[in-house]
Amino acid sequence: MASVDAPTQGGFRGWLNKRLPVDSFIRSQLLDYYAPKNFNVWYFFGSLALLVLVMQLFTGIFLAMFYKVGDTTAFDSVEYIMREVDYGWLIRYLHSTGASAFFLVVYLHMYRAFLYGSYKTPRELLWLFGMFIYLALMAEAFMGYVLPWGNMSYWAAQVIINLFSTIPVVGPGLVEWIRGDYGVADATIDRFFALHVVAIPLVLLLLVALHLVALRQTGSNNPDGIEIKEHPGPDGKPIDGIPFHPYYTVKDVFGIGVFLTLFAIVAFFVPTFGNLFMEEANFEPANPLSTPEPIAPSWYFTPYYAILRAVPNQRLGALLLLLAVLAYFFVPWLDRSPVKSVRYRGWLFRGFLALFTVSFLALMWLGMRPATGGYVTAARVFACGYFAFFVLMPWYSRRDRVKPVPNRVSFHA
Amino acid sequence: MPKTVVVALVLALVMDLAPLGLGVAVAAEAEGAGAPLDWEHWHAGNEVANTASLQRGARNFANYCASCHSLKYLRYSRMASDLKIPTDLLKANLIPAGASPADYYTQTSIAPADAVNWFGKEPPDLSLIARSRGPDRLYRFLKTFYVDPSRPNRTNNLELNNPAMPAVLSALEGVKQAVFKNEESTVDGHTVVTKRFDHFVTLSPGSLSSEEFDGFVRDTVNFLDYAGEPAQVERRSIGVWVVLFLLTFTWMAWLLKKEYWKDVH
Repeated sequence: MASVDAPTQGGFRGWLNKRLPVDSFIRSQLLDYYAPKNFNVWYFFGSLALLVLVMQLFTGIFLAMFYKVGDTTAFDSVEYIMREVDYGWLIRYLHSTGASAFFLVVYLHMYRAFLYGSYKTPRELLWLFGMFIYLALMAEAFMGYVLPWGNMSYWAAQVIINLFSTIPVVGPGLVEWIRGDYGVADATIDRFFALHVVAIPLVLLLLVALHLVALRQTGSNNPDGIEIKEHPGPDGKPIDGIPFHPYYTVKDVFGIGVFLTLFAIVAFFVPTFGNLFMEEANFEPANPLSTPEPIAPSWYFTPYYAILRAVPNQRLGALLLLLAVLAYFFVPWLDRSPVKSVRYRGWLFRGFLALFTVSFLALMWLGMRPATGGYVTAARVFACGYFAFFVLMPWYSRRDRVKPVPNRVSFHA
Repeated sequence: MPKTVVVALVLALVMDLAPLGLGVAVAAEAEGAGAPLDWEHWHAGNEVANTASLQRGARNFANYCASCHSLKYLRYSRMASDLKIPTDLLKANLIPAGASPADYYTQTSIAPADAVNWFGKEPPDLSLIARSRGPDRLYRFLKTFYVDPSRPNRTNNLELNNPAMPAVLSALEGVKQAVFKNEESTVDGHTVVTKRFDHFVTLSPGSLSSEEFDGFVRDTVNFLDYAGEPAQVERRSIGVWVVLFLLTFTWMAWLLKKEYWKDVH
């Protein structure tokens, strides 16, 4: 469209559009991109995840200007940032709070997909790209957590890297290869820095771009799980769609306002968030001779950590941890239901989704507790609940008594 | 929606300020009267925004801690400007001879080798001790030293069992003896006797009253809390304005959204 009217444009804009498809891009991505009008609060988290990504990139750049990688310099340089760099404390707290905020919005974004079947046909690839983003984000967060070289950084690296030693045959050699030394050491922190600031951010950006392109191709799902493209009006536009700009841009700006307000409250008033976002043990420098009690990963990894510790056999535990994460990848093909949205699914699916929700949150809590007695038993029960949601999905999603799906989305102005 | 935000803001402020009020009340419990001394629930109740308290804490630290413990991430000059201590007073009273105000707080009087000989370990740097242990535990540590003849340094502590550090504040606080009671309980049909702390008995008084000593410890812990994160007062005061700005921004964004969405049916 823009290619038609671009030549008639004069001035700088015409000059630019002849050489770069600026107008046509804005038109196709924002003005002529129709999104369902019935998005609810769950649909804020995609744009918020993008916002947090940009925030992490910017704060990360400034941190990297003052951070000094290396096992003897890293911890001191972080305190230098906190005390001597102008507003260094602010940049660091925004980055550390941003890490937790990233996982919070990504978890809510993923949960939205479970609620409304956003991973189902034709959005399987969109979901897969999202899952690869989640994997990359986990690697990014873990390596970033190691960089301050506090005692919890050190021991978390020790525990997580050692998980690879459970791989038969190549395990022990692989662990050494990852660490670059016989133990977690200077070589480890140096390579984690390179991966954290260069390699994984590049992968993340590429995956986010693919995620967005795939989204534009299929269009957004919505709380009713109805394909709005299948019901076009006389002008060819979906009846239940509205242009992304200005409607969703202004709505997202409001969502960003709410999010940033809550974010600022945490970053300025409770940056450690009661030991959840920054642990006390990490204000002591890495010490190979003193193990913090208990070693617990950051809150966003604790569900998987609880599953790992629930199994007495370490190799089996590591395998279950891997399966717990990989299970998400198969969801588009495990779900056999003819409807997408939970609104039109039956009680069977809703029951299993509730089971998954409770299990995930319970495992998250249990992963922060010591691995003793009743906690381990509880972790086993909830791990079963977690896996039941995935393993039994082909059965219960087909057996479920679904309701008829209407043609038009439900929307109350 | 903005209402929720206001509630969240108020909650965060309350969470932030809550510890301030608690400590004062629990400061001086009656010694040995009736119920066991509830030291495990003592809170430091320190206020980092209280500059006078920080100044007293800096004085206490210089007089009673700095001969063994450093604050290697804190510059004397930073401390002086944050705590509003004039440079001449800083130079006269708080800086060791030969040190410059721009130096880090690192000069101790004890040689590391001597410290290892005398106490079994080097006294740790205390720059981040309030962040890694929390002010409440520091407060409980400094308040629960007692005589223990079985220890090489003849002292022990309720918060930190068998500490390498002796009771350096006993001249101020006095010397305390801990009274333990044996508690019998039945576990799996066996009678188990547990030694449980009950109360302190003062053997010889110190130069400060119990209230004065409590204030002394709270000021010192307050100073360590400050040293752990010197920017924290500034952080909170900027935070209030940031949150107020964001609330206004969000409210305006809401009005804008409502205006645009009027024509969506």
